[in-house]
Amino acid sequence: MRIKSISSGIWTAVALAVAVAWAFPVYWMFNSSFLPNAVLQSATPTFLPFGGSFDNFKAVFADGKFVAALGISLSVTLTTVAVALFVAFLGALAISRFKFKGRKSFILAMLLIQMLPAEGMFIAQYKMMSSVGLLNNVLGLTLLYTAAVIPFTIWMLRGFVAGVPAELEEAGMVDGLSRTQAFMRITFPLLAPGLVASGVYAFLQAWNEFTVALVVMTEDQMKTLPLWLRGFVQASATRETDWGLVMAASMMVAVPVIIFFMIVQSKMSSGLVGGAVKG
Amino acid sequence: MPTHAPAPPAQQQQPQPVEPASAKIPVPLVKKRRSKTPLLLIAPTLIILVAALGYPVGWQVYTSFQKFGLKQQFGAPPEFVGLENYTALLSDPNFWVILGRSLLFCLLAAGTTVVIGFLLAILMKRVGTVARLALQISMLLAWAMPVVAAMTVWVWLVDWRRGVLNWLLTRFGFDAEGHNWLAEPLTFFAIALVIVVWMSVPFVALSIYAGLTQISEEVLEAAAMDGATGMQRIRYIIMPLITPVLSIVLLLQLIWDLRVFTQIKLLQDAGGVANETHLLGTYIYQMGVGSGDFGAASAVSILMLIITIAISWYYVRSLMKEED
Repeated sequence: MRIKSISSGIWTAVALAVAVAWAFPVYWMFNSSFLPNAVLQSATPTFLPFGGSFDNFKAVFADGKFVAALGISLSVTLTTVAVALFVAFLGALAISRFKFKGRKSFILAMLLIQMLPAEGMFIAQYKMMSSVGLLNNVLGLTLLYTAAVIPFTIWMLRGFVAGVPAELEEAGMVDGLSRTQAFMRITFPLLAPGLVASGVYAFLQAWNEFTVALVVMTEDQMKTLPLWLRGFVQASATRETDWGLVMAASMMVAVPVIIFFMIVQSKMSSGLVGGAVKG
Repeated sequence: MPTHAPAPPAQQQQPQPVEPASAKIPVPLVKKRRSKTPLLLIAPTLIILVAALGYPVGWQVYTSFQKFGLKQQFGAPPEFVGLENYTALLSDPNFWVILGRSLLFCLLAAGTTVVIGFLLAILMKRVGTVARLALQISMLLAWAMPVVAAMTVWVWLVDWRRGVLNWLLTRFGFDAEGHNWLAEPLTFFAIALVIVVWMSVPFVALSIYAGLTQISEEVLEAAAMDGATGMQRIRYIIMPLITPVLSIVLLLQLIWDLRVFTQIKLLQDAGGVANETHLLGTYIYQMGVGSGDFGAASAVSILMLIITIAISWYYVRSLMKEED
């Protein structure tokens, strides 16, 4: 008995140590963002943000480019979410409620497309955008993002649609509802959690995306937040990097994501084994 | 997908209700094959995908047979050169170095991620609620970090002047003060590996943990009572049951780690020697966006897509199996 409790104590200690080590980089971003550069440049690191201030955040906001990038990120991301969700919902409906010729090929295509790396296609997408005049254009980037998230969104929603038994609709139809009415009044409300989870997935993908944006958004005033952050790091690295400022900037990009992610994680995380929630 | 694999709640029920056999009620939900409704429903998806992916990939295949040299950069139309880009690429030792480096990095990162993820999942299963929650929360934090923000923090952690890494190593008696890890390809990739593994372990650990929670406690206890040691329980009971999850996360990891771009690009920004640290993604970027050699860049992209599809095939096939 005693040996058992000693060993379980050891494992608990190991688990806590790993937890601390794993979260440390995130903590370090938080910590550094409240400290002035003078403190960060001292020989010994300061591990607690006591006595810190919001000055770094104020300075980031004062940078007009941040606000501009926030605007671009928000418009690209929200449009992507709205369009992808609507289109993917229709697609998911097709594959989970209908049998049709080409259904299997369609599913196969969705699964394969989901696996294609942006890096294998960005040159072609860059050339396409430049030939139709959509380089540095919110619409162009939104089109690319929408296409990138649709396959997984269909796959995710399909699971939710299939989870609502068709018998419920049938019962409604027996009670005199039309097929569409039965769907809208019975199935649709039950799909709300699935739509929210898929929407958040699309949001996270578009908000975090770096590679495609780097290639098609080349102008300074057309940067999304991740691109702005990269530029901000480079700009402040000319002499001694102002790490406090850079960390405050990272916080502004990361915090909305972390909050969103925590909310839907349980709904999403398992769909992942069948998908691609990493960039 | 086997039932003990983590699947979204809705996916655990197979979609049998749509089978006509269950439709005793006179209005069948499965419309006749000739119905146009499903085709109308998938049409928007097809249009968007063809525009955003189909058209560019077609362009890319076409372009990979064309020459983009200096002349073309000054406006001359590209010439059709057949397989020349491919033969040039395959006879370029530099390409093989980059391909080999990418594959090696991919294997190392994916392997390390799955091993650490597996160990952490076992650890989560073993400890009490508080320690488990602490692990889960820190995993979620690392997982949720947007890649560019995460890279920024890591670059600060390994910064050669004031980074915590050098400070810590110096305290432990190593001569690390002012050491620039990103200047040497070997340490550059070591840092990149740590970062990629740090970001990917949470997904693997939490997926495997979800798989582990499906294993019944009674079976494990019975085995323990029969005298099976911890290692034996892992080897004979746990492993066979979670192999499906393990193989899927390993495959996904391989697919994802073959395409590491952001991490490498941002580490190069932060002082890496770009020429010696390219992986496939940054190489394509450098050739296409950097040097404007669209023909050669397209050829590399096509090769990368082929490798990805080859690795994905098994995974896609296993997912398709339940689709009948």
